[in-house]
Amino acid sequence: MDFSYSPQEEAFREEIKDWLAENMKELPKWWLDRSLKRPEIDSEEYHQFSVWWHRKLYDAGFVGISWPKEYGGRGATLMEQVVFSEELAKHRAPGPTNAIGIGWCGPTIINHGTEEQKKRFLEPMLKADEIWCQGFSEPEAGSDMANVQMRAVDDGDDYIVNGQKVWTSGGHYSDWAILLARTDPDAPKHRGISYFLLDMHAPGVTVRPLRQITGHSEFNETFLDNVRIPKTMRVGEENQGWYIAMGTLEFERSGIGAAIGRENTIMDLVEVTKQMKRNKDPIIRQKMAQMYIDGVAIRYTGLRALTKQLRGERPGPESAVMSHFGMELNQRMQDFAMQIQGPYSRLVRDSKYAVDDGSWQYSFLRSRGNTIETGTSEIKRNVLAQRVLGLPR
Amino acid sequence: MDFELGEEQVMLKTSARDFLEKECPKKLVRDMMEDEKGYSPELWRKMAELGWQALVFPEEYGGIGSGFLDLAVLSEEMGRALVPGPFMPTVVLAGGTILAAGSEEQKQECLPRIAEGDMIMTLALTELDGGIEADGVTVKATPSGDNFTINGTKLFVPDAHVADQLICVARTKDGANKEDGITLFLVDPRTDGVSIEVLKTMSGEKLCEVVFNNVTVPKSNIIGEVDKGWPVIKQVLQQATVAECAWMVGGARWVLETTLDYAKERIQFGVPIGSFQAIQHKFADMAVEVEGATSLTYYAAWATMENDPGAEMATHVAKAWCSDIYKHATFEGVQIHGGIGFTWDHDMHLYFKRAKSGEVNLGDAIYHREKVAQLLDM
Repeated sequence: MDFSYSPQEEAFREEIKDWLAENMKELPKWWLDRSLKRPEIDSEEYHQFSVWWHRKLYDAGFVGISWPKEYGGRGATLMEQVVFSEELAKHRAPGPTNAIGIGWCGPTIINHGTEEQKKRFLEPMLKADEIWCQGFSEPEAGSDMANVQMRAVDDGDDYIVNGQKVWTSGGHYSDWAILLARTDPDAPKHRGISYFLLDMHAPGVTVRPLRQITGHSEFNETFLDNVRIPKTMRVGEENQGWYIAMGTLEFERSGIGAAIGRENTIMDLVEVTKQMKRNKDPIIRQKMAQMYIDGVAIRYTGLRALTKQLRGERPGPESAVMSHFGMELNQRMQDFAMQIQGPYSRLVRDSKYAVDDGSWQYSFLRSRGNTIETGTSEIKRNVLAQRVLGLPR
Repeated sequence: MDFELGEEQVMLKTSARDFLEKECPKKLVRDMMEDEKGYSPELWRKMAELGWQALVFPEEYGGIGSGFLDLAVLSEEMGRALVPGPFMPTVVLAGGTILAAGSEEQKQECLPRIAEGDMIMTLALTELDGGIEADGVTVKATPSGDNFTINGTKLFVPDAHVADQLICVARTKDGANKEDGITLFLVDPRTDGVSIEVLKTMSGEKLCEVVFNNVTVPKSNIIGEVDKGWPVIKQVLQQATVAECAWMVGGARWVLETTLDYAKERIQFGVPIGSFQAIQHKFADMAVEVEGATSLTYYAAWATMENDPGAEMATHVAKAWCSDIYKHATFEGVQIHGGIGFTWDHDMHLYFKRAKSGEVNLGDAIYHREKVAQLLDM
């Protein structure tokens, strides 16, 4: 057991810290001060801010650090990825944007794409010159994601694609999408799906924002009406799309950045309890402590998962168990943020007397999506019980 | 970065499990619940032959000189096997106190004998208020010549009835600062005025009332300095708390594994009950709880071993978690086993009752959460 970092890892940490100390000065004041007015999350201004910061990270070589060097990445070790996530989270610095592109689309293209696809897409993706979104979910394919109904029909050099996607995050400013569509309706459902790269500006693509529980529009419905996708934009073999969608590059699995992020939120909540003069209430103290404890449990279980990964061992239960728990902890923290504000919890952004300009009210509402997106808590519990603990289906 | 047990710890764990499966079957656990002594001298001797009682003591006192993490690993396996007897009180509570604050003479007197398996000791701390804080220490020791005279009642003292020596935590000064004025005395339980009564417990553990009635103890039996005993006890309690967490992790994992096996085999409505989502979701939550307990406890053990400044927080965090989850695991263990889980014949209730005891031993979850809140500067 050893929680130390190698000299190379520590040197990388110093490099990040120095860079952040210098560059975070340029961040707008509202980024670190919840009480200040900030642009709405789905606004063009916010998007421009994200891209501006992203380019700075890119120029410093901090984007796509897990990507191989030959594709413009840093080829960082797992531990360097951990160090980067730690420092970003500790400093409360914004991360790169184009997360779906860099986290999902890029690695898929690197693993399964053609040389032409790699040349065409990877660099503008890393620079956030082209923003990517994900077209997997459909109205009839939520938890049952292999039930994709969108149809792609072979037509010479192209496929003609028809159907609807939903929950396309950032679809309204995206240039490209990864897309799952059915190419063999007669095959068993997992075996008739292909994986495509879709030009979001192609004729026949319509993006319609969905208004969500917060009043914002972070997600969209995307309609495809006889859209032509060239065969050169298929990733991998026809009908192998499901299996390609399930795989990705090896990321560090510690979740350390998210864990530190939660600890930051807990420290913010301690301040709010003081501000609201609730910090001496024993019930509030008990709840606060339990959330901290839950966060630490996730953090150290993540480090055990990381250890297995570093040792090249198969992931055990410790890599899967905390997924739903973390999402539910986010919700408990946000619910608690409302509870300690008492009657003030009803006031939202732009209201006189609103706590921290209503930013907690937004994050409270937004957190309800946490146990739905990337798999509901219930599905995650099923997966854990069946695949990790070996219970029968 | 390496957050798993090392090779030697895995070997210790495996050999301890093999040994205890053979030498500490549930029949022994059940017999000891009814037994007057509450432990098997034969098993105690065999454990000593393996060097378990000697594990964490330095070699100069007949010990092996292993780190605290090894003790946690051993404790985990003892918790899995529900080893009855005075291991924790002897090695961690009393042995730890002597090692931390005893004179050279006291160390030479006690530690090699503990290590050999020839001495059983315990710590008399808690009183009628049931707490583990300095302000709960009211048993009085008053100086008279070369002696002190101790008066008062200690409660929930583990295994005092079989102890060769007790350590009594007594008040020698009563000022505003309750952490000041506490002194530790080595007391032979056969001294005039000491009376010990074993209380009847749910788990079968031997918890005692120890009454001191004008008990005369020579000054040479003081461990550490007069009035300065509390910091020693605080440190020992922290170590004992981590060891208790490890014990609870071992038990909780047995409960999870045993219940999982049962859910895969037990057929109702023509299918294993483990195929029902209502049951699967219970298991998903238990897995979170048991893995979390393992992570938190190993971290606390490591931090304790390394004297890391985060050890105190890590210990409160681990015990709050373990107190809640071991009990919860056994609740679900009984529930998923259904009727059989409610019987005396099935072993689940042994764990259930030990979980209930562990929940409150060395501070319950409410106590440790409040400590966390304090450290969060609330």
